[in-house]
Amino acid sequence: MNARNVGFVYRKELTEWLRDRRTLISTVVIPLLAFPLMMVGFSALAIMLVGQAKKETPKVMILGGEDSPAVLEGLRKLDNLEIVPSTSNWKEMISNKEIRAAVAIPDGFQAALATGEAKTVLIYFYEGELKSSFGADRIEKFFKDYRDRVVRDRLAAKNLPETILKPFEVKQQNVAPPEKVGGAAFGGFIGYMVILLCMTGAMYPAIDLTAGEKERGTMETILSSPLARLDLVLGKFLLVLSASLATATLSVISMGSSFSILGKFHAFSGGQGADLHLQIGVKSAAAVFLMALPLAVLFSALLLTIALFAKSHKEAQSYLTPMTFAVVIPAVASLMPGIELSPKLAVIPILNTSLICKEIVGGTYHWNYIALIFLSTCVYAAAALFLATKMFQRESVLFRS
Amino acid sequence: MIEARGLCKRFQDKKRGEIRAVEGVSFRCLPGQIYGLLGANGAGKTTTLRMLATILEPTDGTAIVAGYDIVEQSEKVRANVGFLSTATALYPRLTAQEMVEYFGRLNGLDEATLKRRIDEIFGRLDMDGFRDRRCDKLSTGMKQKVSIARTLVHDPPVMIFDEPTLGLDVMTARTIVEFIRECRNRGKTVIFSTHVMSEVEKLCDNIGIIHDGKLLAEGPLRELRAKYGEQDLEEIFVKVVGPHHVAVEA
Repeated sequence: MNARNVGFVYRKELTEWLRDRRTLISTVVIPLLAFPLMMVGFSALAIMLVGQAKKETPKVMILGGEDSPAVLEGLRKLDNLEIVPSTSNWKEMISNKEIRAAVAIPDGFQAALATGEAKTVLIYFYEGELKSSFGADRIEKFFKDYRDRVVRDRLAAKNLPETILKPFEVKQQNVAPPEKVGGAAFGGFIGYMVILLCMTGAMYPAIDLTAGEKERGTMETILSSPLARLDLVLGKFLLVLSASLATATLSVISMGSSFSILGKFHAFSGGQGADLHLQIGVKSAAAVFLMALPLAVLFSALLLTIALFAKSHKEAQSYLTPMTFAVVIPAVASLMPGIELSPKLAVIPILNTSLICKEIVGGTYHWNYIALIFLSTCVYAAAALFLATKMFQRESVLFRS
Repeated sequence: MIEARGLCKRFQDKKRGEIRAVEGVSFRCLPGQIYGLLGANGAGKTTTLRMLATILEPTDGTAIVAGYDIVEQSEKVRANVGFLSTATALYPRLTAQEMVEYFGRLNGLDEATLKRRIDEIFGRLDMDGFRDRRCDKLSTGMKQKVSIARTLVHDPPVMIFDEPTLGLDVMTARTIVEFIRECRNRGKTVIFSTHVMSEVEKLCDNIGIIHDGKLLAEGPLRELRAKYGEQDLEEIFVKVVGPHHVAVEA
């Protein structure tokens, strides 16, 4: 191997890569803009829409209840509901969003309360429609409060304490620190994204530097130079690896910023801050990258090898698309509830890195697993790189027609 | 000098089985001479030249190029060869100068020598006007000049041209033909393949007629004329190749 020549190839590939507008879009623009737009933009829109829906006074209809004047009076007094006169087409009106909900008060409801008979109040709404749910929730809250009052009155009448219905309380209490809670909730997602982006970042340059060169006729040009094929493949491989890591780095920075902005936005809008608490410290970020590094090597070498078989860009894309599934499936599997690291899973490529990233982001460092996963992925990466160098020696691959 | 010694190249094809692209080709090309490899499409010209340029490895036989064995010392061979064909394209996103610099560095030139060589070649080929223009923005003629500069940057003693004028317009083709002639005048060993008879007649000191991977006839044009009793090279070519054609088709 001639390091000087590998450097020349890398520098030349980097120059060409940076001058390619498609590269800049896929490596820099998309990761930097897509996440903030996707996460902050959509969240802001969702919060705004929910806020608007909450502000609205829903129109509701009361069906029956003429013999229960106290209940009717109570409902009419609510200032967060607008009662509209009842009509026979109330179902249609709910479906057409003319009214948000309707409540059917059974005949003799008030009288039944006095005798202790339990009747059912039915609330009709449009499932999946946010404003309709808000209307139905307000009616339900009114009736639950009313029911609690009735219970309290009945207990008081018999001189019984309220604790007779609730002799003790039961509660769940979180003891994990907030960053671990955030890590458990989002850690898997971070690992998944880093893995996926390591691959997508490598895909375009891998195609361009192999099948693209064949298609443009520059492969024969470079093969006619005294450059050893090993130096050629190493220079190309380093560029693909750089692209892979650059995409993943920019994406994580972008994701981190988006989460931070989102957290602030959420806190500002009065949301429960705890469920959005995600802090990726420098240590965790460095550890995630260290674990992703051999995986990026593996992806870069594999993509380069597969794309080299193709004669054109288009053909290479058709070969590499199934590879996306091969990466996404184990990465997604790590997000499934209940899947935890085990010695067997620690040697399954992609899945192992995804699982360990989840732990790392959550602040847990299983050093044995970290070593096993890092080393096993290094072995797979070395094998893939060896395969790539062998493929570049094969005339049947380089000059496939 | 180029000395081919029984060069053979066989490929495996899933449908057609073993293909004998080149079969026992031997010839010699001396410095200051142009050797023309004449043959129809698929005759084995490109495969022969690719083997001489060490882009492909021979299945059997070997060749000595500029004193080095193409099988044993392929990198040294490539360092002493300038290879040009219509298939050797330019990197679209590099400028003309960057393209030539890249190949100069890969050929081991130091920065001072590289600069001197580039200034000299760009001046001689009148390329200074588009030095910093990207290759994808160049005209066909300009691209050919950059390709020539790329092959010349390390001043190789051996030049290999594989159908260098294929698909080019008259003026660009003339530039290439002039360049090949100049290489001979500078004492380089030149081999080129073509199926254009007029180019062979104009340029070549020695002609090799290749068909179905075999070198069927060889010699200077006057000897071939005397041997086959024809003045026109096309007629000579048909006479050499004709019976084999019939035999294959029968």
